[in-house]
Amino acid sequence: MIKTILEVKDLKINFKTYAGLVHAVRGVNFDLKEGETLAIVGESGSGKSVTSNALMKLIPQPPGIYESGQILFNGRDLVPLSDKEMSKVRGNEIAMIFQDPMTSLNPTMKVGRQITEVILQHKKVSKADAKKRAIELLTQVGIPFPEKRYNQYPHEFSGGMRQRVVIAIALAADPKLLIADEPTTALDVTIQAQILELMKEIQKNSKTSIIFITHDLGVVANIADRVAVMYAGQIVEYGTVNDIFYNPKHPYTWGLLGSMPDLDNDTDELLRTIPGSPPDLTNPPKGDAFAARNEYAMAIDYEQEPPMFQVSDTHFAKTWMMHPDAPKIPLPDAVAKRIEGYLAKEAHQND
Amino acid sequence: MTKSGVKKVLEIKNLKQHFGSESNPIKAVDGISFDVYEGETLGLVGESGCGKSTTGRSIIRLYDITGGEIIFDGESIHGKKSKNELKKFNRQMQMIFQDPYASLNPRMTAGEIISEGFTIHGLYKDKKERREKVNQLLEAVGLNKEHANRYAHEFSGGQRQRIGIARALSLDPKFIIADEPISALDVSIQAQVVNLLKELQKERGLTYLFIAHDLSMVKYISDRIAVMYRGKIMEIGKADDIYNHPVHPYTKSLLSAIPLPDPMSEKHRQRIPYKHTEVDDSASYHEVSDQHYVYGTADLVKTWVANR
Repeated sequence: MIKTILEVKDLKINFKTYAGLVHAVRGVNFDLKEGETLAIVGESGSGKSVTSNALMKLIPQPPGIYESGQILFNGRDLVPLSDKEMSKVRGNEIAMIFQDPMTSLNPTMKVGRQITEVILQHKKVSKADAKKRAIELLTQVGIPFPEKRYNQYPHEFSGGMRQRVVIAIALAADPKLLIADEPTTALDVTIQAQILELMKEIQKNSKTSIIFITHDLGVVANIADRVAVMYAGQIVEYGTVNDIFYNPKHPYTWGLLGSMPDLDNDTDELLRTIPGSPPDLTNPPKGDAFAARNEYAMAIDYEQEPPMFQVSDTHFAKTWMMHPDAPKIPLPDAVAKRIEGYLAKEAHQND
Repeated sequence: MTKSGVKKVLEIKNLKQHFGSESNPIKAVDGISFDVYEGETLGLVGESGCGKSTTGRSIIRLYDITGGEIIFDGESIHGKKSKNELKKFNRQMQMIFQDPYASLNPRMTAGEIISEGFTIHGLYKDKKERREKVNQLLEAVGLNKEHANRYAHEFSGGQRQRIGIARALSLDPKFIIADEPISALDVSIQAQVVNLLKELQKERGLTYLFIAHDLSMVKYISDRIAVMYRGKIMEIGKADDIYNHPVHPYTKSLLSAIPLPDPMSEKHRQRIPYKHTEVDDSASYHEVSDQHYVYGTADLVKTWVANR
């Protein structure tokens, strides 16, 4: 059986602000197996970045409050750990890659030292060995002339190369879990494709588990094994990448899929949009948080929060539409047509 | 590169925009030519640093161009102009910017931002008339008149971009340059803004130059697409031709990198790396099919067409 390395149980995180208490994460549950990639998808404000920062205990307290929940990393709960204890976990067992490679590197420090710093912090090795390891890491992430690059500053690197350096730093202490928060959003598509390939290769070699946070569904399809769709601080749909893309059940997932243009079928039709904008989380709506934007909303959606309904062994959706008594609503045409197209293409290729 | 029967709104001829010293210039835009026809959307794509935003900014006179010619509505737009000529030009051509947070003055209300152009051009001097016009514009972009008295920070990203669009529309322009108008927005909001741009184009007969690095949205919104690389246009043609029958290896490489929301096809995605071949002065645009042009030497283009 494959080992579960991370279990998040009923995580709730609030922020104290002048406008009131913001319920940023409202009861999130998920787990992660060894060597697996989980993508967390959602719009800005959905709580995806707060969730990932919370795993690293990077939420400043105050204003942040860990209201409830457990973060079990290899069976040990991280929530009650002190800052000092956490600093042994951060960068060592769990590492993080941020969106903007320019702000996550120190502009006044040579990149080599930024890598050896991590190695020397967490491993008992000599400086010379740390340097050797740093050059190995630079080679591993595909940076040409690593010996020369070791002595250069971040401004001497292009955006894609900088993100490779950030990845090298993250890998420096052989973490078991890598959290990547929109690591390719600031990059060009061609560079994005290279970074995604690199991350997949690293994972294959080192069995690292990855949590990948993004709003780009194309990237999710490329890299994820499993997907959690977040909305208004909750996971609303959860399943394997195939469950989410070929058999989506939550109307919010439909909306996300429908709002992407279909490149193969050219139509003059307008894109499907999700009307309105996400709710104010200082005062989360009663019932289903998505109800106000959901064209299929039923009376109960405004009254009672839906539970997680199980669709299959791997697939869950938090919507009353999954209730046995709810009217059966077919997939919106645009989404259904596209999925059909993809499946047909796949069948054709297998012939 | 002509298309018969349709009026050209904009003609770019051998446009050059260099920065830095004369002895060692940075050739951000290095001799590009294209036309934009009335009522169409021309998508301009490429990676960061390829010169696509510089092209847009040169067209709208944010820079003094180094060389070449920009002809808008039959008139050259660079060179010495009187204040009145400039005003006339500014009414015809407007821009929508990428960052809806940076492009709106935080000390002005939405109404003031939208009506600033009226003050500059001496339009709608009557207060009531002006307010009505502002309300019309707010409604046209899917906001309502209550929004006129609010400041930029009171709006979400998508709403801010709508205000930017309302400002661009305020003087009834013919031609709008949209420089990465959706890249700072969430996916579901991107679709709202793209739909809005499409609807406005239909209603008002607008012509767009849509600059972006997101090829899938560009393919959706554009009639034609121009692919830029290192200050040059490598390939230009109908959106379908560029997407389905690319000829230039750079275009192929760029297309091969777009991730699709289709996990099974992503499993066997083969990215095509691009290796740039320097071309000599004999390189030019070659027509490979109707309205589809590729930049290169005759020999190169021939091999590319054979390999396509």
